[in-house]
Amino acid sequence: MAENPNDPIPTVIADHVDIVYRVNGTGAGRGSATAALNRMLRRGHAEKAAGVRTVHAVRDVSFVAYKGEAIGLIGTNGSGKSTLLKAVAGLLPVENGRIYTGGQPSLLGVNAALMSDLTGERNVHLGGLAMGMSREQVKERYQEIVEFSGINEKGDFITLPMRTYSSGMAARLRFSIAAAKDHDVLLIDEALATGDRSFQKRSEARIRELRQQAGTVFLVSHNNKSIRDTCDRVLWLERGELRMDGPTEEVMKAYEAFTGDNKPKPKPKPAPKVAQPS
Amino acid sequence: MSQVLDTPPQTTARPTTPADDDLAALAARHGLTVSGARPSLPQYVRQLWARRHFITAFATAKLTAQYSQAKLGQVWQVMTPLLNAAVYYLIFGVLLQTKKGVPDYVPFLVTGVFIWTFTQSSILAGTRAISGNLGLVRALHFPRAALPISFCLQQLQQLLFSMAALVVILLVFGVPVAASWVLAIPALILQFTFNAGVSMIMARLGAKTPDIAQLMPFVLRTWMYVSGVMWSIDHLLSQHNSLPGWVGPVLQANPAAVYIDLMRFALIDSFHASQLPDHVWMLATGWALLAGVGGFIYFWKAEETYGRG
Repeated sequence: MAENPNDPIPTVIADHVDIVYRVNGTGAGRGSATAALNRMLRRGHAEKAAGVRTVHAVRDVSFVAYKGEAIGLIGTNGSGKSTLLKAVAGLLPVENGRIYTGGQPSLLGVNAALMSDLTGERNVHLGGLAMGMSREQVKERYQEIVEFSGINEKGDFITLPMRTYSSGMAARLRFSIAAAKDHDVLLIDEALATGDRSFQKRSEARIRELRQQAGTVFLVSHNNKSIRDTCDRVLWLERGELRMDGPTEEVMKAYEAFTGDNKPKPKPKPAPKVAQPS
Repeated sequence: MSQVLDTPPQTTARPTTPADDDLAALAARHGLTVSGARPSLPQYVRQLWARRHFITAFATAKLTAQYSQAKLGQVWQVMTPLLNAAVYYLIFGVLLQTKKGVPDYVPFLVTGVFIWTFTQSSILAGTRAISGNLGLVRALHFPRAALPISFCLQQLQQLLFSMAALVVILLVFGVPVAASWVLAIPALILQFTFNAGVSMIMARLGAKTPDIAQLMPFVLRTWMYVSGVMWSIDHLLSQHNSLPGWVGPVLQANPAAVYIDLMRFALIDSFHASQLPDHVWMLATGWALLAGVGGFIYFWKAEETYGRG
């Protein structure tokens, strides 16, 4: 398929992608100064001997994502979902294969640019600029961001330092800042798990909006409900391999059967988050 | 953890994945580019320019956040460099008597300490610019050079606070206001360029080998002691005629010494042009261009590797 030009426009193409992590200072060489020296001097040659361990996080994954799709990424913990997202964003190197993207995929992760000692207001500006918005765009969207986050619903919190916020409030502000920009390809890692029910509803609505603005959205989540609510296609990763790729309902059923068989708990995927009826 | 789970049989064929060799062709047909490739140098400069507001906002935010938990707040911006200078005065001026023969020793010392601190903290911050901000580098897309430059800008802002204190000290110790004070501006611009360049070199080295951050304080302290921060290079050379001929020019060509002495020449009337090395502005500009341009290109060469692995 995808052979004739009338087909939908691809935005992300993963072509037999392998991702391997190298971790320094583990295994045999740990703690020994000579091993560390050896590692520094003979970089690459004596990796194994010097205690560099490799973790094969993603194996031979291929997929094509199209404009206007919302794609869920599911899989048990440590199956390589977040790693794959980072590689799509161009933040991790691939060992083999290639990832092609149209436009700049951005991870919904503005947290790192924010400073807890600064007021919410200054963080909105800083976060917006960090994502590549112009000063005018930030000014224009400022009111919108604050209203969306609902920070000011319980008083004038936006002028207080972010360290005084509750974890839920901070998470809401972070999501609001990150979602304020129109992204070509938006990658979301577990962002919807935070906030109360009404905020989650608004977030899901915003994601649908972002999709309509011609983007592609990737969503990593352990919350099966939010995958069902927002995604129309699901990729299921297990041990770094792509197990399944298809319409949401089909893949979710297989996934639930898979996880349900192995866990005695009634919930298919006990998420370590805010108590939410799922 | 996946060991505990049964591996289900390989399920349905992937419906949306075309045959292997099609993927590259499909990408090419739709003009998709390889994710995470390094931009060309002119492109990189344009991207960096587009992020200039982020660079300044980040620097100012860092500076403000620094003392936001302290009771005295932003007063520390001025207090910290003053206390620093006081300690050096106690040790080098009073205890070791370095001040003998140096006119206006307090302004001489304080200028030296402030200007040196600017270079020192810029380079220290640069060394950790990437390795200390991996979270930011791994989460957001921006030309990475924004980080070391932003940290140097933060140090420049810090220096401007110190310079305000310095002006007060100069006036208190009876140094007259002179037209030459204007020369402080080009001197600072050149020094900033030099600092930013060295920071970018250190940022790349520090990103690859974080251990360098442990080493830098010692390197910088050695550099400080040979840069004539608390003593006068000129004075030393005239007192010790027995020194080999190359020592003087080498000490005076040291970029840190060049920028410190330029600032002293600009601000302190008793510091004469005769105490400066020959062609001092050429030297200052040369160091700035060499470090600035060289450091930028060196940093850019590894742009796609930062925050990875």
